[in-house]
Amino acid sequence: MPEPQIEKNGDKNAPPVQVKSLSKSFGRQKVLKGISLEVGAGQTLSVLGRSGTGKSVLLKLIIGLQKPDSGSIFVHGEEVTKLPVKELNEVRKKVGFLFQQAALYDSMTVEENVAFPLRRHTQLSDSDRKKRVRELLASVGMDGDLQKLPSDISGGMQKRVGLARALALDPEILLFDEPTAGLDPITASEIDELIVKLQKERHITSVVVTHDIHGARTISDRLALMRDGEILIEGTFDDLQKSRDPFVVQFLRGC
Amino acid sequence: MCIEEAPPFISDGMADGFVWVALCECSRKLAANGESEFTSDSAMILHPTLLMFAFAAVSAATATTVDRGGIITNIGQVTIDFFEWFGNVTLFCGRLIRAAFTPPYEFREFFHQFDELGSKSVPLVALAGAATGVVLTLSTRDSLVRFGAKGFLPAVVVFSIIKESGPIITALVVSGRAAAGIGSELAAMKVSEQIDAMEASAVNPYRYLAATRILACMLMLPLLTLVSDFFGIFMGWVANTAAEPISLRLFIHDGFKSVTFNDFLPSTLKTLIFGLLIGVIACYQGMNATGGTEGVERAATSSVVLASLFIILADVILVHLILVLFP
Repeated sequence: MPEPQIEKNGDKNAPPVQVKSLSKSFGRQKVLKGISLEVGAGQTLSVLGRSGTGKSVLLKLIIGLQKPDSGSIFVHGEEVTKLPVKELNEVRKKVGFLFQQAALYDSMTVEENVAFPLRRHTQLSDSDRKKRVRELLASVGMDGDLQKLPSDISGGMQKRVGLARALALDPEILLFDEPTAGLDPITASEIDELIVKLQKERHITSVVVTHDIHGARTISDRLALMRDGEILIEGTFDDLQKSRDPFVVQFLRGC
Repeated sequence: MCIEEAPPFISDGMADGFVWVALCECSRKLAANGESEFTSDSAMILHPTLLMFAFAAVSAATATTVDRGGIITNIGQVTIDFFEWFGNVTLFCGRLIRAAFTPPYEFREFFHQFDELGSKSVPLVALAGAATGVVLTLSTRDSLVRFGAKGFLPAVVVFSIIKESGPIITALVVSGRAAAGIGSELAAMKVSEQIDAMEASAVNPYRYLAATRILACMLMLPLLTLVSDFFGIFMGWVANTAAEPISLRLFIHDGFKSVTFNDFLPSTLKTLIFGLLIGVIACYQGMNATGGTEGVERAATSSVVLASLFIILADVILVHLILVLFP
C-alpha cells in the first residue's frame, strides 16, 4: 500500500482544527475512542466532560506533544501527526497553548516568560521585544509586576501571564486546558471575560477543555460533551439543553 | 502484593552506602598499588563488584513496583527494571545527540549553565580538595616515616592528588551538588508541565534544557578538577609544614619532579566522561520524573545515587584504559 501523501503547505480553506477518528490508550486504558471534531475559523469549541475522560490528552495530541494510536489531526489542513519535528514546530508557532496550571517557567520573571517565545522565534530588537511584552501583558491586565517570579503572583495572575505568553506569536489557534480550574468564581469569570474579549479582538479559533459549564456557555459557540473517551453530544448550549440523555441532563444540572 | 517502593533488600540508604564502600575500595586499591601500578587483578576484583553495585542501585533508584511474593520474582523484577532503565537512557541519548548537533545552538543557555555550575561548585570543590590534601598528607606521612621514606612525601601527595583523588573527589562533589540540582529542577519542570509548555512553543527541550546542562557539566569538570588539585597540593604542603617545615618551592619541586603530561592530562581529562555521566543521568531522571512532589524528590535522590555510582564504575574502567594507553 502506498503511504498517504502528507499535505505540507496546508489548505487555507480547510477548518483550522479537524480531528478524525482519534484514538489514544495508555497501557490498557483507552482514553480516546475514535473521536471526531471540527472547529471552524474564528469559532470556539468547548470540550466538556468529567475528570479523566481524555480532554487534556486531546489538546496535547492536537499540538503534537503526544502521538495518537490511530486517527488524524489536521491544523489548517496539515496532518500534524505525520509531520517531522521541524515542520511540526512551524505549526506549533501558529498555535497558542494555555496550560491548566499556566506552566510558567519558574526560574524566569513574568516579563521573561512572555518574552521567551519572542526571543526564540522573532528577530525583534531588545527594545521592540520589551515593548511587545508590555503590550501583551497590558492586554491581559498584567502591566505591573513584570519583574516578579511566577511563585510570587496568584493563580489568576499566572493564568493571565500564561495567556499573554500563548498570544506572543500572534497565534491563529488557541488551546485552553481548564482555563478557570482552581480559581475563585470572580477570578474565573474575569478570565472568561478576558478570553471573550481576546476572541473578539483577534478572531482566534479556540478549543477549550473544561468542566465548567457556565464558563463554557459564556465563551463558546459550540460545546462537545465527552463520556468514556467518546463524544456523547455536540452542538450549541441550547442543543445540549434539549437532550434527554440522562448523563447530559445530569452534567448540565450538576454543574 | 504490590507496593510503591524500592526492593526490600535494597533501600536508597543502602545504595548510598554502596557508593561510599565502592569509593573506599577503589581508593584503597589505587593507594595500595603505589604511584601508577594498577594491576589487572584489582580491576578484576572491582569490575564485577561495581557492576553489581550499578545493577542494584539502578534497580533501587528506578523500581516503582515490586512484588514481595518471592526472591525469584524480585530478582526478575530488578533485572527488568535495570534493562528497561538502560534502554531508556540509550534512547534518551539518541534524542539528545540529534538535538544537540542540529541548529539553533543554545549558546546563551549553555553559558548560563556553565556559569551557574562553576560559580556554585568552586567553593565546595576547593574545600573538598583541601581536606583531601590534608588527610592524604597526614596519613601518608605517618606510613612513610615508619619506612624511612618521608622524602617521598611531596611526590606521593602530588601523584595521588593529580592522578586520582583530585578527579574522583571533584566528580563526586559535583555529582552531589549538580546532579541533585539538575535532577530536581528538571523534574519540577516536568511535573508542572513547563517542559510540555516549552515543546508547545516550538522549542526543543532536549536541546535547550538537557544538551546545555550536559555540555556545561562536561566542560566544567576538568576546570574544577584543577581547582581541587591546586587546593589539595597547597593544603598538603601546609599540613606537612605544620609537622616539619619545608618551603613551598621545595615541596613543589620534589612533588612535580617526576610528573609528566601523561600523568596529568589523561587523569584530568577523564573528568569529561564524569561530567557526561552526571549530566546525562541527572537530565534523564529529571525529564522522566512522574508523580508530583514525590517524583521530584525521587528524581533528585536517584540522580545523585546513580551519578556517583556510575562515576566510580567509569573510573575503574578509565584508570585501566589510561594505564594501557599512556603507560
